[in-house]
Amino acid sequence: MARESVRVALGRRGYLGSSAPGRAVAYLVGGVLLGALVLVGGLALALLGGVLVVVLVGIPLLGLLAFAGIPVAALERRRLTLVDPAPPAPTPHRTPEAPGIPAWFKLRVKEQATWRELAYTALLALVLWPLDLLVLACTLGAPALLIGAPAQLALDGGEIRAAKLWLVSDYPHAFAIALLGLALLAPLLYPLGAYATARAALARLLLAPREAELTHQLAEVTRSRARLVDAFEAERRRIERDLHDGAQQRLVALTMTLGLARLDVTPGSPLAAQLATAHDEAGNVLTELRELIRGIHPQVLVDYGLAAAIEDAAERSPIPVDTDLDGLPRLPEPVESAGYFTTREALTNIARHSEAPRAHITARHEHETLRIDVRDNGKGGADPGRGTGLTGLADRIAVLDGTLTVTSPPGGPTVLSVEIPCRAQQPRALTTD
Amino acid sequence: MPSPATPSPHHRLRIVVAEDSVLLREGLVGLLTRFGHEVPAALGDAEGLRAAVEEHAPDLVLTDVRMPPTFQDEGLRAALALRAERPKLPVLVLSQYVQRSYAAELLDTGEGTGVGYLLKDRVGQVEQFADAVTQVAAGGTVVDPEVVRQLIRRRRDPLEQLTPREREVLGLVAEGRSNASIAAELVVSEAAVGKHIGNILGKLDLPPADGTHRRVLAVLAYLRA
Repeated sequence: MARESVRVALGRRGYLGSSAPGRAVAYLVGGVLLGALVLVGGLALALLGGVLVVVLVGIPLLGLLAFAGIPVAALERRRLTLVDPAPPAPTPHRTPEAPGIPAWFKLRVKEQATWRELAYTALLALVLWPLDLLVLACTLGAPALLIGAPAQLALDGGEIRAAKLWLVSDYPHAFAIALLGLALLAPLLYPLGAYATARAALARLLLAPREAELTHQLAEVTRSRARLVDAFEAERRRIERDLHDGAQQRLVALTMTLGLARLDVTPGSPLAAQLATAHDEAGNVLTELRELIRGIHPQVLVDYGLAAAIEDAAERSPIPVDTDLDGLPRLPEPVESAGYFTTREALTNIARHSEAPRAHITARHEHETLRIDVRDNGKGGADPGRGTGLTGLADRIAVLDGTLTVTSPPGGPTVLSVEIPCRAQQPRALTTD
Repeated sequence: MPSPATPSPHHRLRIVVAEDSVLLREGLVGLLTRFGHEVPAALGDAEGLRAAVEEHAPDLVLTDVRMPPTFQDEGLRAALALRAERPKLPVLVLSQYVQRSYAAELLDTGEGTGVGYLLKDRVGQVEQFADAVTQVAAGGTVVDPEVVRQLIRRRRDPLEQLTPREREVLGLVAEGRSNASIAAELVVSEAAVGKHIGNILGKLDLPPADGTHRRVLAVLAYLRA
């Protein structure tokens, strides 16, 4: 059985037999140890800092003390799972935008969470851990002494005074007292569990992120995903440019040289045949390279926009494709790019899986939204979750606040739709000079 | 050493070349010189193209599409601007991409005469390339076979009436081939090719006029279909 929170376990009949009381005890014992350690460590650091202030080294040392809450809080958040296994409390802190220690400190000083954590740490060192200790002593102290009676008797021999109350000199009595201890322990474990729950709730209240901090983190995740997509896109361009300006140009020059060389050899000679082979081979490589470059990022998309690029993809499709792209304006680059690659992926899937005789693409820009529908009258039953290509594209579209939907009942038709909100771009001025 | 590929001196053309890759530019100049042409200016960017044309008054401009500074379609834009100013100036554009939009835009200038749009790969087929240069300079229209191939695969109205053989012939016409060359390619008589072309012109509703011009119009109909 999965671990449940102490609070839930308290309400069940099997509480005493479960791991919950043990975890509550472990949580409080840990709290005592950590609290005592923080108090001692904090005092020592404060003292050292205070003394060293005279030689200035102490000032940063004292400053460091202000951040002591951060590691303590991190540990405390982790310890919370003892009492409440799921979900673990995430950090309320943000990731610094720039690497390096100065950026880290700058961000932490500004964050409210840092100071909440410091307050919690002070509370832990001064109030909470003595309280934890007190609760532990009250609930576990007396039963522990009683339960320990047989062991004490075995160690001391002769006679002992169990829990300073009864004089015991033989084992039957000692075990009876141990049983009494157990009986006493059982009801006391309930307030112990309740206290541990309350204690953990207080820690969570101070250490878990607030609503605003969570919203901020979500926005940050979205932004970082957008940055990743941008970086991916930029890398694509760079590869395309490199291939184009490097390998492709050299290959063209090579085929030209080989072509010229063929003019100068004696026709029908072995050398002429070899040159012809080399020439043809270089030509084939060039063709392959051209297709490869086009797959990475088609230049027509940059120069003429989405409509021309979709037309182009439709023309290359192995099955006939009708296009209806009337009045599609130039759109922001990431939108055009996402729209194009989705359309191409859809056409690839149709050709591969749908058994459709024909496909139809409609694209419109209305109400500041681009909508592309790719429809086929194939056998249907397409599973959008299966194609990894579509998943990646869905991510790219999601970054642009768009949606990708696929409807594909068995027997067809399959319709893949993309909707991306965006404004039309001003047409690029013709550079006539 | 006279070679069969070297044309007679009266075909000697003055050609301005614009190509940003040094390797390729040198190669092109070498190739054109090898075929007996003269290259008064070879540029690395599209910006100086107009000045070079004004200075040298070439018989033909040969330019790459993608050029500095932004490496988009500067070369094509420069070619279009030149054609807008002097519709009679023959221009041959080399492209890395097979793209109907580029070809169509170019063919819209100067009624599509004296223009060429070739894939860069074709430069390797030196004799065919030299042939294309001569044809464009003479006012012909040369469109890359790859573009033509794409168009053949499209189902389009005026072309749907054509038989597969007629489409094939039209494709070869678009490539700038002569009737004799088409006949050789398809292994038929020149008369048969003439008949096909007559049928094509009839089906595309191009009234009898100057023969060459109608061929260009047929190609344009083909491209715009």
